[in-house]
Order: sequence, then C-alpha cells, then structure tokens
Amino acid sequence: MEASLAPAAGTLGGSRSRRNYARRYWMFAVPAAVVVAAVILFPWIFTLVMSVFDWKVSGNIYFVGIKNFVHLFEDSRFQWAVIRTLYFTALAVIFPMILGIWAAVCFASNFKGRGLARTLFILPMMATPVAIALVWTMMFHPQLGVLNYLLSVVGLPPASWVYQADTVIPTLVMVETWQWTPLVMLIVLGGIAGLPVDPYEAAIIDGASGWQMFRFITVPMVWPFIIVAAVMRMIDALKTFDTIFVITNGGPGTSSETINMLLYQTAFGYYDLGYASAQVLVFFAIIMVISVGLLRVRRMERWQ
Amino acid sequence: MTDLIDATGGVALKAPTMLRKPVRAVSPYRLRRALGRIGLYLSVIFLVSPAILFFFWMFSLALKTELANTAYPPVFIPNPPSLVNFIKVFAENDFLGYTINSVIVSFSATGLALLLGVPAGYGIAKTKATQAAVLILIARVTPGLSYLIPLFLIFQWLGMLGGYAPQIITHLVLTVPIVVWVMIGTFEALPVELEEAALVDGCTIWQAFRHVAVPLAKPGVVVGMILSFIFSWNNFIFGVVLAGRTTRTLPVAVYNMLTFEQISWGPLAAAALVVTAPVLLLTLLMQKEIVAGLTAGGVKGG
Repeated sequence: MEASLAPAAGTLGGSRSRRNYARRYWMFAVPAAVVVAAVILFPWIFTLVMSVFDWKVSGNIYFVGIKNFVHLFEDSRFQWAVIRTLYFTALAVIFPMILGIWAAVCFASNFKGRGLARTLFILPMMATPVAIALVWTMMFHPQLGVLNYLLSVVGLPPASWVYQADTVIPTLVMVETWQWTPLVMLIVLGGIAGLPVDPYEAAIIDGASGWQMFRFITVPMVWPFIIVAAVMRMIDALKTFDTIFVITNGGPGTSSETINMLLYQTAFGYYDLGYASAQVLVFFAIIMVISVGLLRVRRMERWQ
Repeated sequence: MTDLIDATGGVALKAPTMLRKPVRAVSPYRLRRALGRIGLYLSVIFLVSPAILFFFWMFSLALKTELANTAYPPVFIPNPPSLVNFIKVFAENDFLGYTINSVIVSFSATGLALLLGVPAGYGIAKTKATQAAVLILIARVTPGLSYLIPLFLIFQWLGMLGGYAPQIITHLVLTVPIVVWVMIGTFEALPVELEEAALVDGCTIWQAFRHVAVPLAKPGVVVGMILSFIFSWNNFIFGVVLAGRTTRTLPVAVYNMLTFEQISWGPLAAAALVVTAPVLLLTLLMQKEIVAGLTAGGVKGG
C-alpha cells in the first residue's frame, strides 16, 4: 500500500526517511521505559535478591541461600493459605463467570432502559473497594445487620456470615461475585457485540430454541472472550486484598487468610521482608502456572 | 437464508411447502418471543438488583440518625433524611484534609501517567514493538504487594516515608500501564495519512505527534485518564503502608474509622459514600468511555 501511494521516483527516499523515523519513534517510549524500569522491573529484581536473605527491617541482613524457600515448604500456615486461596479463587471464578455470561447475553439484546441498567450493573466494580467492604461489614453484623433481618423475613435462621470459619470464605466469595461479575459481563459482551447476525437468523428460521442458540452459536463463537474473562477473573481473585483485609483481616483466627493476607502480615506485620519476598515469588509462580494452564485450555478447544 | 432464496427463485413444486412453514410457526414463535421477553426482564431485574439494593442500603445508612440505624427491625427509608452523619464526618475527622490528599495523589499519578504514557503508547504503536505489551501484562498479573515490599524499603532508606512522593511514585505502577495500554490501541487505530501529510509538509515527528496524532487520539486520552484516575483513587494498599498520619488518602482514612469507632454506623456509611462518590459520579457520567476502555483491556487496578 505504501508503494502504491508514493510516486515511483520518491519511493527510495521515502522508505529511507521512514526507516529513520522508526528509529526515532523509540524516543517517545524512553521516559516511560525509565519509570517502568524504576517502579516495576527494579522491584522485581530486588525481590529476587531479598528472597535469598534473612532480611528484617531492623537488624542485620544475612545471606541464607534457599532457606526461605525450604522454610516455605515446611510452613503449614503458608500451605493452608495456598489451599484457602485456591478454594476462594475456584468459587470466585465460577460464580462471576456464570452470572457474567448470563448478564452479557441479557445486555446484548435490546430492551427499554438497557443503558441505565448496564450502568447500575457496573457500579459495584467501579466503587472504591474499601468503601463497599465497610458497608458489607455492617450488613454482616450478627444482631443489627440487614442481611440476617432479611433472612428472618423469609423464615430462614440467621447466618453466621464472616463470623465463623466454615462460612467466611463463601461469604467473601459472595462479595467478590457481587463486585466482579460486571467485568466478566463487559468482556463477554464485547465478544457478543462483534458477532455476525446471520447464524442467528438461520437458527431462528430452523426453529432453534434460545438455549440452543446460546449453546451452539454464542458460546463457541465468543469462546476466546470467555477464556480471557476467566483468566482475568482468576488473576484478580488470586490477588484479592482490599475486601478481605477490611472485612475479616484473615479472620476469624486464620480461616480466611489467603496468600495475599499472609504476605501482608509477613512483610508489614512481622517485617520479615526476606521471607515475604520468597512468598511473593511462589505466589507469582502459582498465578503464572494457573494462567498459562487456562490459556492452554483455550488452545486445546481450538484444536478440536 | 439459503432456504429463502430457494423458495423465491427455486423449483415451483418446493414453493408451497416453504410458504406453509412460517404460517404454522407463527403463533408458537410469537408466544416464545413473549416468554423470552418476560424472561429477559426478570433476568435483568435479578442481575441488577443486588447492586441497586446495596447502594440503596449504603445511602440509607448514611442518611439515618444513629437511633434509626440501630433499630430492629431495620428502618429502610430514612424519615426524615438527615445530613448529620456527613457533618459529623467532616467535623470530627480531618476528612477535608484526606480529600485533598486523595486529590493530590490521584491527580499527580494520573498527570504523570499521561505525560509518560501517551508518548510511550505512540512510540510503541509506531514501531510495532508488541513485546512492550508483555511488560504491561506482567504488571497486570503481579500482586500490588510485591511492588510494595522493595519500594517500601527504598523509601525508608531515603527517609521519604510518610510524604506524598512515595505514594505518587507507587501509584504509577497502576496508572502508567493502563494509559500505555489504552494509548497503544488508540494510536494503532488512527489513520496514518494525516501524520504522513504533516511529515511531508516538513513537520518534525514531535510536531506530527503533538499537533496531529494527539488531537486525533483525544478520546483515547480521555479513556486512559478516567481509568487511571479511578484506579489511583480507589487504591488502598499503597496508602496503608506508605502514607503518614497527615498524608493519608481517603480509603485509608475511612478504614481507620472502622477500627476506631466500630459502632457508629451512620458516620461510617457517610464516610464510605464520600470516598466512593467521585468514582460513582464519573461512572454515571462517562459510562460509555469507561466501558470502552475496560472491554478493550479487560483491566483492573491493584
């Protein structure tokens, strides 16, 4: 296209100057690259270094080799945190995915008040997490909380919400689902919006039901978007911090202590930065392994 | 579709059967359509009501007196609504100061991110250096806490802890990647002809960027700006660790209210509402831009 635009005589000069430009366009990225190196890359390298030291905020720093990592694999508190994180993440991916895909299908069709409904629907995701976590905390209150009152209205016994070890994680998953279903909806809706209409017209003529159209047209065609949404949701669920920190701070006991909560405790409660850095690296490895695993699922679906 | 074409231009024998089919299908089809409509509305109500009820309850708590907030059964509609909680929040805490802190941190982090990220997005889009996007993805995957540990240590060594600078610098971790991400997409979608014309007319590439590309990319800049502001405003964890008593941002201040006065729900809800109100307003006013930006990247801060 470039060749056809430029007159024949000017082609050589044009391409040469364009090549020079290409080199100079790098200059635009230099300031950002410096900042990214300082605040993103450098912390990464520093974390790698700290992870092989016994590094307390106050006191001496000793080189300990892989001792932090060995300790990590013997530390049952960390292992439980990993198990809890995986349990929380599994639930906090499944529910928002189901509801989010459902919502995307709804918001893809035209109806009165769609714009307003969609705006209201995405508010939980945009609102300040600390602020909403505070309101949830008040709603979970055993005696004065509105949720237990609502349960009593429909004749159910009061629930223990975040005040008992066996209900705390499902309750936090509920908050997470409430908050992050909209992001799944937006990503999947982006996929549905780009679909052609002909397959649906053909399916309607052939007498397909709504479910059949969803199952055999929508799902296969927006599958890449569904996988992206699942990966995003999973990364965010693994990293959940604000809501758990405010609502339970890992409690009662350690029954909602996820990796991120333990990480905060280790780093800024006990100021054991070396051990915390080792935890960061293992945490990051877990995130990467699961993300790559999910992306492989996407590729396998394509092969079939 | 092909069946229809067959029916109109095809064999005469086939035509009657094709005509009869829709006639028989009409009434069940209409019924199903009506049922589908009802199902759609019920689904939307079911899906949207948790958000509506939650924010309704937040407003209700904030606008009720302490007596109504601790009543059982709960009072749902404040009667009469009172602003006493909001007055209390600003009178008993330095909430005005915290608001100013939040504004300083979020505006600086967003402004710097635009200064750095808009040219960077341009450079990356022009050189087609998609490897750079990988770095942004890594930033997206990494938990915020992992930046915080090394940065905390460095700010402590430099004696900067408690000031605005550490918070602003750390917020760049959130704001620069999102701006770069949005701008790469925006500049890649721009037509190159106008810039090429400017270059042919003797503009430097900086002038072409400044006077041609940036004005054209304004919608993208707005999207990047809004998202980076929201991510920065909502951020809690960086402030908890890095802020001092007087440089606390709103999310940190409201969290401290929870730990210090657990029982007074009205002021707490009012404070929570003050913290999140700017973001909610932005979402209501700019929802088209926000949706566009979020669907493009599938992104979230923190």
